[in-house]
Amino acid sequence: MNRLRLAALIPMLALLGGCNLVVMSPAGDVAAQQRDLVVISTVLMLIIIVPVMALTVFFAWRYRASNKQATYEPDWDHSTGLELIIWAAPLLIIICLGALTWMGTHLLDPYRKLDRIAAGKPVPAAARPLEVEVVALDWKWLFIYPEQGIATVNELAAPVDRPIHFRITSSSVMNSFYIPALAGQIYAMPAMQTRLHAVINKAGRYQGFSANYSGAGFSGMRFGFFGLSEGDFEGWVAKAKDAGGTLDRAAYLELERPSENVAVKRFAATEPKLFDAIRNLCVQPGKMCMSEMMALDAKGGLGLAGIHTTLPLAYDKYTRRGGEAPFGAQPAYVASICSIEEARAMMAQVPADTTPRDLTPMRGLGLPLPALTPRRPQSFSELLSLARPSNS
Amino acid sequence: MTDASAPHSMLFGRLTLESIPIHEPILIATFAVVALGGIAVVGALTYFKLWGYLWREWFTSVDHKKIGIMYMVLGLIMLLRGFADAVMMRIQQAMAFNGSEGYLTAHHYDQIFTAHGVIMIFFVAMPLVTGLMNYVVPLQIGARDVSFPFLNNFSFWMTTAGAVLVMMSLFIGEFARTGWLAYPPLSGIAYSPDPGVDYYIWALQVAGVGTTLSGINLVCTIIKMRCPGMTLMKMPVFTWTSLCTNILIVATFPVLTAVLALLTLDRYVGTNFFTNDFGGNPMMYVNLIWIWGHPEVYILILPAFGIFSEVTSTFSGKRLFGYTSMVYATVVITILSYLVWLHHFFTMGSGASVNSFFGITTMIISIPTGAKIFNWLFTMYRGRIRFEAPMMWTVAFMLTFVIGGMTGVLLAVPPADFVLHNSLFLIAHFHNVIIGGVLYGLFAGMIYWFPKAFGFRLHPLLGKFSFWFWVVGFWFAFMPLYILGLMGVTRRMRVFDDPSLQIWFVIAGFGAFLILLGIVCFLLQIAYSIWKRDELRDVTGDPWNGRTLEWATSSPPPDYNFAFTPVVHDNDAWTDMKKRGYVRPLDGFKPIHMPRNTATGIVLAGFSMAMGFALIWHIWWLAAASFAAILVTAITHTFNYHRDFHIPAEEVVQAEDERTRLLAGSRA
Repeated sequence: MNRLRLAALIPMLALLGGCNLVVMSPAGDVAAQQRDLVVISTVLMLIIIVPVMALTVFFAWRYRASNKQATYEPDWDHSTGLELIIWAAPLLIIICLGALTWMGTHLLDPYRKLDRIAAGKPVPAAARPLEVEVVALDWKWLFIYPEQGIATVNELAAPVDRPIHFRITSSSVMNSFYIPALAGQIYAMPAMQTRLHAVINKAGRYQGFSANYSGAGFSGMRFGFFGLSEGDFEGWVAKAKDAGGTLDRAAYLELERPSENVAVKRFAATEPKLFDAIRNLCVQPGKMCMSEMMALDAKGGLGLAGIHTTLPLAYDKYTRRGGEAPFGAQPAYVASICSIEEARAMMAQVPADTTPRDLTPMRGLGLPLPALTPRRPQSFSELLSLARPSNS
Repeated sequence: MTDASAPHSMLFGRLTLESIPIHEPILIATFAVVALGGIAVVGALTYFKLWGYLWREWFTSVDHKKIGIMYMVLGLIMLLRGFADAVMMRIQQAMAFNGSEGYLTAHHYDQIFTAHGVIMIFFVAMPLVTGLMNYVVPLQIGARDVSFPFLNNFSFWMTTAGAVLVMMSLFIGEFARTGWLAYPPLSGIAYSPDPGVDYYIWALQVAGVGTTLSGINLVCTIIKMRCPGMTLMKMPVFTWTSLCTNILIVATFPVLTAVLALLTLDRYVGTNFFTNDFGGNPMMYVNLIWIWGHPEVYILILPAFGIFSEVTSTFSGKRLFGYTSMVYATVVITILSYLVWLHHFFTMGSGASVNSFFGITTMIISIPTGAKIFNWLFTMYRGRIRFEAPMMWTVAFMLTFVIGGMTGVLLAVPPADFVLHNSLFLIAHFHNVIIGGVLYGLFAGMIYWFPKAFGFRLHPLLGKFSFWFWVVGFWFAFMPLYILGLMGVTRRMRVFDDPSLQIWFVIAGFGAFLILLGIVCFLLQIAYSIWKRDELRDVTGDPWNGRTLEWATSSPPPDYNFAFTPVVHDNDAWTDMKKRGYVRPLDGFKPIHMPRNTATGIVLAGFSMAMGFALIWHIWWLAAASFAAILVTAITHTFNYHRDFHIPAEEVVQAEDERTRLLAGSRA
């Protein structure tokens, strides 16, 4: 058996030399740290796996029935010392691995702001992360750059060594936003928002795609991710500006219709707060935003009147792949009681959703001290700010 | 609102002639083959006048042994279907490069990977595991049948009804295109309006009734029907793992039933549990389905662990090392399996503390699992290992499973999972543990207990061919997937644009071909052994020098299993009896009280299947009629007072004399 396996391994090793193990040699610092964890955990586990495999082969050979020299003890079935070892050895490995996991999970939490752009290179104090809003559509990716005011489809770019802050949602079904060279993936879910902090350290073109099956056009849901120098990035933005066209609500509703293997598209301008409308499922004019609904509910809701605010669904976003339940109400949507402008004004009062809260209260490299009891508010205004419902 | 105009008739619901996929040449060819095969089988059964025999002796049987065998047959038939799906995927992925779309459309391919997962888990692994438990557990605990024999028959037919519904979807309509767990919103009515997801729901709901009831049945059997002297800590390890597995089934399958019921409500009456709008939350579904889904993999692997324990100890000729710690490890795994479900979706963004909690609980499971591996290892230590096929599967398992375990713990580290989740690395991992663990265990178990069930051994040489094709094929089929995962290739892709990946898919396809040869050799082995059964005959009832009670009776055991209920003093009860010079009683036989066969199970399952079909196609009159029929049948069955009979003492004497004669012959 072993000879066969070895023979099978040789051409495989030769092949391995020629292929690009992007997960093992990424170009972004976050992915590189994740790779390090993969390697360290594997090595830790090999400490126990290799002896077990060797012992299995050795015992199988040594105690084969035809070997009459080997000791045979048919009633030997217990040894406290040995049992202690066989429980303690995996336990020790898991304690090490568990500690590593706790640290690594907190330090590499995709929601956590970066504190370094590469090993030994802390994020410069003045650096502001590049904001990118990501929307998974059927079956393409929309990237909105609020700072630059542009939007692109199936093409993403970022300056080398500048932290990137992605806010990610989906228009219809679940997807997963993944650029293996840059950082680990995170789900893109409708009516929800996930975040990812990452940085690209080497210029180049990388592959991005959806890593969660989302329907017929899933295989073609790929995009190029460019790590560019500052100058090249300016040029890339300018190219989008030159392309003309505005991504407003009407253009978005057209764009989000299902299409497969979509070529790169660029928009010179975008409607402000479009991403928030997408995330709140209210791009369609006259539809109540989730945030609005939640704000109403937080105040006690609309009472019985609230159940009459639905209108039959005319726009076929939700029925575009087909049907409705055989029993029950016709497909409907909740009508907004404020205009888009009013809703937008309301959203403007909510503090800009770009500075992520620190969700990682633990002690560790570059992390604040843990607190067992929540910190008491120090002033009345702080208390008020805590009481305000947050939208993120 | 395109669907509002979809045709809907009172008589046939939304079932129309267009539902039959006559435009799909692959399906038409498959249908032709299945139809010809079916006609041949039906013709042969009719020609040899076997229908009555099958009906009386098998279909309506409440004998746990016959039901166990029927489960195994169901699992093996469905294995062929599930494996055919796997081969089709392998061919598609090996072809679809350099602008080629392969030979499957997205519509077809997406059904295939969904069906492959559903069939392999629910209709291959589950029936095979349940079948072995059904057959072996009552024999191992010295019982004459399970606690609820009729329920057992009913459970089997419900599982079969679910399998039939899945098979129907091949030729009438289509199956789900959602992946095997049917995550909403994709599986919701808005994005999957066609009957595919409904096939998925009703097949699993119907089969789920069977699984849950068989879980309850086996838990009761193990708790209440052990023979005198068999305390919990004297139970064979396979019975222990079966107990834990069935407890898991009883505890988790209701969660699956509930979550599918909620999805059903979303799809049929327009509720909004898992929709995007109106306050629905698809991630609730993901949580709930994995609260069932993670224990499910332990439901499958624990009995396999039990099989390996029996096989290692038997073929090493030695008591199992660390019986007590083995039992505790099993119980710890049972409990911990509930506390890890979130590791299937670390990438949801739950936050670092939640992710680390579930990551670390997952790693903790590897401690009892590791202890088990060491226990088998030290059972081999200072043994006299006979490398019969079951033991070969066990050694292959130990070498393969540790790698799968290692990659599993790796995936439990959340930051590592972020880069490997949903990749082919993940696919390689779970095939590594399901094939290398569950399937190898099932093969070991099937070959080990085959002589018990049929009275003759399986031919060893063909078994070795099957073993080597499977093991080598597995390495060829799944090691490339680990590498592809590290190259950032994700699962469920239909076409690829990077030509450098192709060679790996070709290697994986070659591995699948070797596995095909392994399956063929296994089937040939069974056929050849039936042909040569007289040469392979086991007259002793104990062909492997076994250690537990099932080897104390004849092969195959009489309907009543044991003429006298055995008394147990040791956890290797049969070894102990042999050592103490146990003498088989030769007289004093009394009539034996046994349950009577009944057709209610198959009738109820038939109506359930009709109801499932009606609900899938919105044929409301049929759904209502079959529901009423189910109720009437169930109530009528409660008035059946002829549920038991006595095997007369003369028949017992006859059977036992026959065994005495055979035993004498084997000694001569």
